[in-house]
Amino acid sequence: MLRWLIGGGREPQGLAEKSALQTIGEDQTQNPYTELLVLKAHHDIVRFLVQLDEYRFASAGDDGIIVVWNAQTGEKLLELSGHTQKITAITAFPSLESCEEENQLILTASADRTVIVWDCDTGRQIKRVSSFQSTVKCLTVLQRLDVWLSGGNDLGVWSRKLDLLCKTNHLSDTGISALAEIPRNCIAAAVGRELIIFRLVTPTEGLLDWDINEVKRLLDHQDNILSLVNVNDGSFVTGSHVGELIIWDALGWTMQAYERSFWNPSPQLDTQQEIKLCQKQSNISINHFTCDEENIFAAVGRGLYVYNLQMKRVIACQKTAHDSNVLHIAKLPNRQLISCSEDGSVRIWELREKQQLVAEPVPTGFFNMWGFGRVNKQASQPVKKQQENATSCSLELIGDLIGHSSSVEMFLHFEDHGLVTCSADHLIILWKNGEQESGLRSLKLFQKLEENGDLYPAV
Amino acid sequence: MISAPDVVAFTKEEEYEEEPYNEPALPEEYSVPLFPYASQGANPWSKLSGAKFSRDFILISEFSEQVGPQPLLTIPNDTKVFGTFDLNYFSLRIMSVDYQASFMGHPPGSAYPKLNFVEDSKVVLGDSKEGAFAYVHHLTLYDLEARGFVRPFCMAYISADQHKIMQQFQELSSEFSKASECLKMGNRKAFAGELEKKLKDLDYTRTVLHTETEIQKKANDKGFYSSQAIEKANELANVEKSIIEHQDLLKQIRSYPRQKMKIPDLCPGEMAHTQDQAVQASTTSNLHESGNADLYTCRPAYTPKLIKAKPTKCFDKKLKTLEELCDTEYFTQTLAQLSHIEHMFRGDLCYLLTSQIDRALRKQQHITNFLFEDFVEVDDKMVEKQERVPSQLSQDRLPSRPVEECPIPKVLISVGSYKSSVETVLIKMEQELGDEEYKEVEVAEPSSFDPQEHLDYLDMDMKGSISSGESIEVLGTEKSTSVLSKSDSQVSLTVPLSPQVVRSKAVSHRTISEDSIEVLSTCPSEALIPDDFKASYPSAINEEETYADNEGAIHFQANISPPELGETQEGSLENTSSQIDSSCCIGKETEGQLVPLPTPAHTLSDEDGVVSIPPQRYRQKDQGYHMDFVVETTNPSPQDNSCEMFPVYELDPGCLLASRDVSKTSLDNYSDTASYISSVASISLDRTPSSSTHPAGLSSERHKKRAGQNTLKFIRQYPFAHPAIYSLLSGRTLVVLGEDETIVRKLVTALSIFVPNYGCYAKPVKHWISSPLHIMDFQKWKLIGLQRVASPANVGTLHTLSRYSRYTSILDLDSKTLRCPLYRGTLVPRLADHRTQIKRGSTYYLHVQSMLTQLCSKAFLYTFCHHLHLPTHSEETQEAVASRQTSFLKLNLGLVNEDIKVVQYLAELLKLHYMQESPGTTHPLLRFDYVPSFLYKI
Repeated sequence: MLRWLIGGGREPQGLAEKSALQTIGEDQTQNPYTELLVLKAHHDIVRFLVQLDEYRFASAGDDGIIVVWNAQTGEKLLELSGHTQKITAITAFPSLESCEEENQLILTASADRTVIVWDCDTGRQIKRVSSFQSTVKCLTVLQRLDVWLSGGNDLGVWSRKLDLLCKTNHLSDTGISALAEIPRNCIAAAVGRELIIFRLVTPTEGLLDWDINEVKRLLDHQDNILSLVNVNDGSFVTGSHVGELIIWDALGWTMQAYERSFWNPSPQLDTQQEIKLCQKQSNISINHFTCDEENIFAAVGRGLYVYNLQMKRVIACQKTAHDSNVLHIAKLPNRQLISCSEDGSVRIWELREKQQLVAEPVPTGFFNMWGFGRVNKQASQPVKKQQENATSCSLELIGDLIGHSSSVEMFLHFEDHGLVTCSADHLIILWKNGEQESGLRSLKLFQKLEENGDLYPAV
Repeated sequence: MISAPDVVAFTKEEEYEEEPYNEPALPEEYSVPLFPYASQGANPWSKLSGAKFSRDFILISEFSEQVGPQPLLTIPNDTKVFGTFDLNYFSLRIMSVDYQASFMGHPPGSAYPKLNFVEDSKVVLGDSKEGAFAYVHHLTLYDLEARGFVRPFCMAYISADQHKIMQQFQELSSEFSKASECLKMGNRKAFAGELEKKLKDLDYTRTVLHTETEIQKKANDKGFYSSQAIEKANELANVEKSIIEHQDLLKQIRSYPRQKMKIPDLCPGEMAHTQDQAVQASTTSNLHESGNADLYTCRPAYTPKLIKAKPTKCFDKKLKTLEELCDTEYFTQTLAQLSHIEHMFRGDLCYLLTSQIDRALRKQQHITNFLFEDFVEVDDKMVEKQERVPSQLSQDRLPSRPVEECPIPKVLISVGSYKSSVETVLIKMEQELGDEEYKEVEVAEPSSFDPQEHLDYLDMDMKGSISSGESIEVLGTEKSTSVLSKSDSQVSLTVPLSPQVVRSKAVSHRTISEDSIEVLSTCPSEALIPDDFKASYPSAINEEETYADNEGAIHFQANISPPELGETQEGSLENTSSQIDSSCCIGKETEGQLVPLPTPAHTLSDEDGVVSIPPQRYRQKDQGYHMDFVVETTNPSPQDNSCEMFPVYELDPGCLLASRDVSKTSLDNYSDTASYISSVASISLDRTPSSSTHPAGLSSERHKKRAGQNTLKFIRQYPFAHPAIYSLLSGRTLVVLGEDETIVRKLVTALSIFVPNYGCYAKPVKHWISSPLHIMDFQKWKLIGLQRVASPANVGTLHTLSRYSRYTSILDLDSKTLRCPLYRGTLVPRLADHRTQIKRGSTYYLHVQSMLTQLCSKAFLYTFCHHLHLPTHSEETQEAVASRQTSFLKLNLGLVNEDIKVVQYLAELLKLHYMQESPGTTHPLLRFDYVPSFLYKI
């Protein structure tokens, strides 16, 4: 009986998807996270994590408090409370290099229609802005201009000193869901299914006031845009609720590529099942993107897709990477991808190239790269191509982190201190590389011994 | 050498008459009386042979200027202890030892009497005829009314074992010095107070005389002074002189060289104010109030008396008691210290030496101790601070003897010399004191002295059936005070604390104990004070046999003295039903009455006030002492516990929970329900705060045995014990799943001996939980008892268990399976060999402890080897360091396979513990491995 209860692993929750969901046993030799630290300070869902510097991060969530942590020790450094309702957006405002004395700031927006600027070294509340008509759902800092943007039902531009520089008219009742800075002082804002490009007019000799003008509305998405990310200087990418991925030219605001083939049944999978899954809309919404130089990684429904920018097609995918929607993904420098999901687990993937099929698709991709005009034509082709070359790369599961008892909302990766995950179970878990930590502790131990003069006994 | 008294003991006819004698084969005179408590498993060590006293005790004697050497009190205050030993004779002996009394009075060339602050003298003395050896500590106390203002006293530690006295001389000396210092400090205070009063008297007398002289002057204008007037003037002059003398004395006593106060920490006043805030505060404040009230009522309301010119005759005046000589508070403190000494040096010498060696060795590995050692360490540190440092210092001065060279103490066993001392005392009393008063008392309590009945009690206790939750003990206390107050009424003048005070104190203690139970029971069960460890006598063998079979069996030793049972911290028998206590209490108070000093040739005639007073005073003291037990017992424990434990608990409420859990289970795991209830009841109702701490501490002593026993059982019963133990040692949480709470708890308690600690607080063990587990639980607990319930809730529980299976090993008690990683090491098989020849729980526990200590030293070596963790040169890669580590672990430490992980885990704990500044600040880490688990079945 026990064997049935315990040995099964995850049969109870995922019997239907069992065939599709890749699982990994306990033997995870490549998983470096062998130490964890549970951090408890929140009383409700923790939704946001933001890195402040190389060792600090802040967490915020539905309980309206912001907690600043030391990622190395797990020590709670500050607790900032001032919001009366849940936090809807948080961003770090990096201090300017020119004026060193200025402390690092955090901006937080809450459902109580306020934005508060905090000094995250002292925990002081620097300023509180409560003149919003609606809840601010996204905050973006334009460091180059030393201003920040608030996106609610309208778009506001604020100076570091929290003076309203300018703002747009009321845009929509649904409000801005995502903001991204694009070159030439432009801002892309996702409002419902529209993508609106604004141009920010900075003060010059002649003109003293800031201004923001709507430049263009892009109506190519069929459904609400959920994610908006800058790919590189020349392009940005948007993803919609129905799984459309559009890569835009950041300068001309034209489509570079259009991909909506994520949900297409791949040949090796049971067609019936796939169709059934496709009917569920949630399964193909693009929840999150992350990019590197070559690829765009998209969290589509419960799957993960790797879209190669050069080849303009999906080069690898895991259709059911998790039991439930993937909420956040991140690419690590070492070709690893981390994803977290509503099923409460965090998985670590590695992008591996398959040797047998290498060079064939590349030339086409390379030529297509710059053929903007043919994007739409191209869009119909990947289906066939994918069938041919779906296995050019693969995402291999190399480890999973199980700790949270509820949906993992977000995570943050520190180069030196491991991974921080936050979850709906009110907890934050700090995952560490056990070996590395052990070494660090030894180092500290001998440092302390030396300090105490115990290392070299008096002769 | 068999001395005459030993033989005499057998030839007493009275004894044979009482013994039911059924063997006519031997002529009566050759037969040896049967060892009365043989059936109770009394061991040869329980009775020190050759001497007339059953075990070591402390005697305080005085060289009275009125009656010569006389014994004042003994610790423990129990006739059974010293039996037929002639205290008067021995007092004479010890007081006659060359005693360097300081010169007092008028030294030649000085106008005023001079006080000398003399050092105490320490002597070792042997009396082979009596079979007694003693460490004798002489001291002088100041008394304004005494000859030369000094009263010579001595404290003697009397033992039948010469080696004990000789080898423990340094320790004895330092401990007794503390007691003496405390006594003298109080004495100085009291003496100064006395002088102040005297000065006031003198001042008043002077005024009176002055006015009288003036009146006389005015009355006769004849120009010459009448003889009366001259007398008055002389008197006045004498008073003036006396005033100056006393002022000088006061100045002297106040200018007592500060540096001579060696042990500031033993000053009761300060101690009470600073240290004992948590629990003792209430107790001591009571004492304070009464003590202070005493002072305040004395001082401001003190009406100066007229001092008569002619001093009263030396023999007319009543000398102050020892308690009056010192401040009550200090006296109490001293008694506490003395009984601490008595506890410290209790038991056989080999036992003392072993525990000393043990302690010394443990101190050497203070870095790794926290891992597996009990919380004794914590207490030890405290105790050590108190006791070790001075002795260490003194040992440094003297040629120190290496521990190894300690000769094996000779154990002389002669069961035959055992004699029911109770009876003897009774008879003796009847013979010596034909006084009605004593007879009366004796008649009142004949039953408690009946050895047969005593045995009956024992029998009943052995069955564990009697559980009287009633606080008979309290009744006893009340009764005892009332009895005492009756006898006190004769001497009511000088009673320092009226019976009312005593009674109210008893009451207040009880109420306090109610509250403090909560607090004190949070002390982890391992909060063991080494004294108690000793208190349970080196008769572990005996105990073991007694417990081995029946749960909640009561360990009883024939020679444990009743007052200890009842009131002192002794009570390793927290489960002995209070019936015994009650009987003991009654016994005690009568004993208190029945043992007045048998001063030679003293008759209790009322006209002769000179002689009749001392015994009464003695009784008075007795009473004081009786009351003092309360304070004395609170003294060592809360200090140790509250200081160390409470801050920790404040820091981590989880630990508080845990420890409470521990202490609770240690109680109910080892006793059946009835005795559990009774013990709880007795604790909550009648125990003094300290004695309620001790169940925790002492049950940990038993806890060890039971844990050892249960672990042995586990190892023999389950073939997969090794991987389970490996899980615990390597820091992988072991979940014990089962339906029956008692079985789960028992196993969890048993297995907890393998769980390494995070720090100095409670072990990361959760005995019983029924809610679904959470990731935090694995971070906090390393051994969890989990309830399996047949309900929907259980699905959730099991689901989380399977979800977190990576972090746990699961031992299912109901289906007898274990799911955990593979273990192929060699360490655990040695630690837990199912074919082990070890039979006893305590032995097995010790085996485990020694194995784990060995393991700890390996971990220590691994952790603190510099080259293992740091690159030897800058170019060295991380891999090279890692390979050096593995080769060290494998080759130098001889570890195989999974054993490496155990040492690595311990090393991590060591690192964390070493680096944490204050306990509780660092967060416990959850370290885990990605290793597949296997399912083991029987």
